Amino acid sequence: MIYMDNAATTLHKPDVVKAAVLAAFDTMGNAGRGASEPALDASRVIYAAREKLAHFFNAESASRIVFTANSTESLNIAIKGLFCPGNHVITTVLEHNSVLRPLYECQEQGVEITILGCDEKGNILYEEMERAVKDNTKAVVCTHASNLTGNMIDLNKVGEITKRHGLLLVVDASQTAGVWPVDVQEQGIDVLCFTGHKGLLGPQGTGGMYVRTGVDIRPLLSGGSGIDTYNPHHPSQMPTALEAGTLNGHGIAGLGAAVTYLEETGLNVIRKKEQSLMRRFYEGISAIPGIKVYGDFSTNDRAAIVSFNIGDYDSSEVSDKLNVEYGIVTRPGAHCAPLMHKALGTVEQGAVRFSFSHYNTEEEVDTAVRAVEELARE
Amino acid sequence: MRKKELKLVVTFHTTADAMAMEKTCRELEVPGRLIPVPREISAGCGLAWCAPLTEREHLAAVMADHGIEQEDLHECML
Repeated sequence: MIYMDNAATTLHKPDVVKAAVLAAFDTMGNAGRGASEPALDASRVIYAAREKLAHFFNAESASRIVFTANSTESLNIAIKGLFCPGNHVITTVLEHNSVLRPLYECQEQGVEITILGCDEKGNILYEEMERAVKDNTKAVVCTHASNLTGNMIDLNKVGEITKRHGLLLVVDASQTAGVWPVDVQEQGIDVLCFTGHKGLLGPQGTGGMYVRTGVDIRPLLSGGSGIDTYNPHHPSQMPTALEAGTLNGHGIAGLGAAVTYLEETGLNVIRKKEQSLMRRFYEGISAIPGIKVYGDFSTNDRAAIVSFNIGDYDSSEVSDKLNVEYGIVTRPGAHCAPLMHKALGTVEQGAVRFSFSHYNTEEEVDTAVRAVEELARE
Repeated sequence: MRKKELKLVVTFHTTADAMAMEKTCRELEVPGRLIPVPREISAGCGLAWCAPLTEREHLAAVMADHGIEQEDLHECML
């Protein structure tokens, strides 16, 4: 099998991640619930992962890192906990449903939303963002990279706009965390939402968020916290304020090990390999007659994603043939990014998405290019 | 019954603060350990740092130097 669906989840994980999860099954009690050795072991492992992620994203303190199950949960906590009726929020057509659906729910309750469009290559129009700011604008919520085209949003540019207008910047780093450096302080990010199982190379069911000191988010969940038992309300101290119930300690053990792996390997090394594989695949298929590639490939500053269609061939059929006849795993259809599909005109056809990991090889890419060539000749 | 002695007990708002305390004290070889909060203390976090009375100033300096926020400081017979 050649696995090229890494934007959905990375299949191959570092051995240290697997080892950390297995070890946790032998040692972990429930973090923060008592001072027994198993409970303390869990607390230590989770705290260590919190510190590693704080360092990884340059957060001011480990207590500003909250663990969740995935980006969707983080984004729901952020969006539903930050905005009130009367607030105006700016977002983009590049967004995943994990941003759009919570925002639509807020809209039904009186939050005003502006959705910025894109050019024909799928890049957002930054000048439109500035023009969209109004007196009641509270935040910009945007992805770091489109999960459909791989195009990135320049967070430095967006950060300048949000800083200039005193807005919150909420970022969905699902497609970039672990590959592209994210520095929340330098980039002016107020809330960063990430998942553990994609570029961060951790287990599924792990994820989290960074919340800048001074940004208060109403909790989505309340309940067990291990602290302040007789308080009828959920504690307000971070990170507990946004972590109700037992954390996924076993998964977080793996996520912590994954961050160590990433730092030791180097994001530059990982990114260059992914970019090189993406470029090799793009160059290989873009000249094939009948192929239409989506997104902006004028730069390598993009997530390692290549989405395309072959003529009017159903993307699901192409992906299925790649899987059954060539053993190449990709994702077809709609990619939970409805507005991006509308903008690209691929609502009916969907798109075949290849997404690369640094574990992929040039030989695998060449095999994939030949497979696409053969399918395009049919 | 086991003989009790007066000890310092530092309480915290969150488990993360308590874990920061343990990690820092271990790195600096400051004596003490995490214990469940004794019943006579009303505390936020269920974990407390228990140390000899002689460590009072040392602990205060460590917490100040490393930005560890305590909820309260008690003396308890433990």
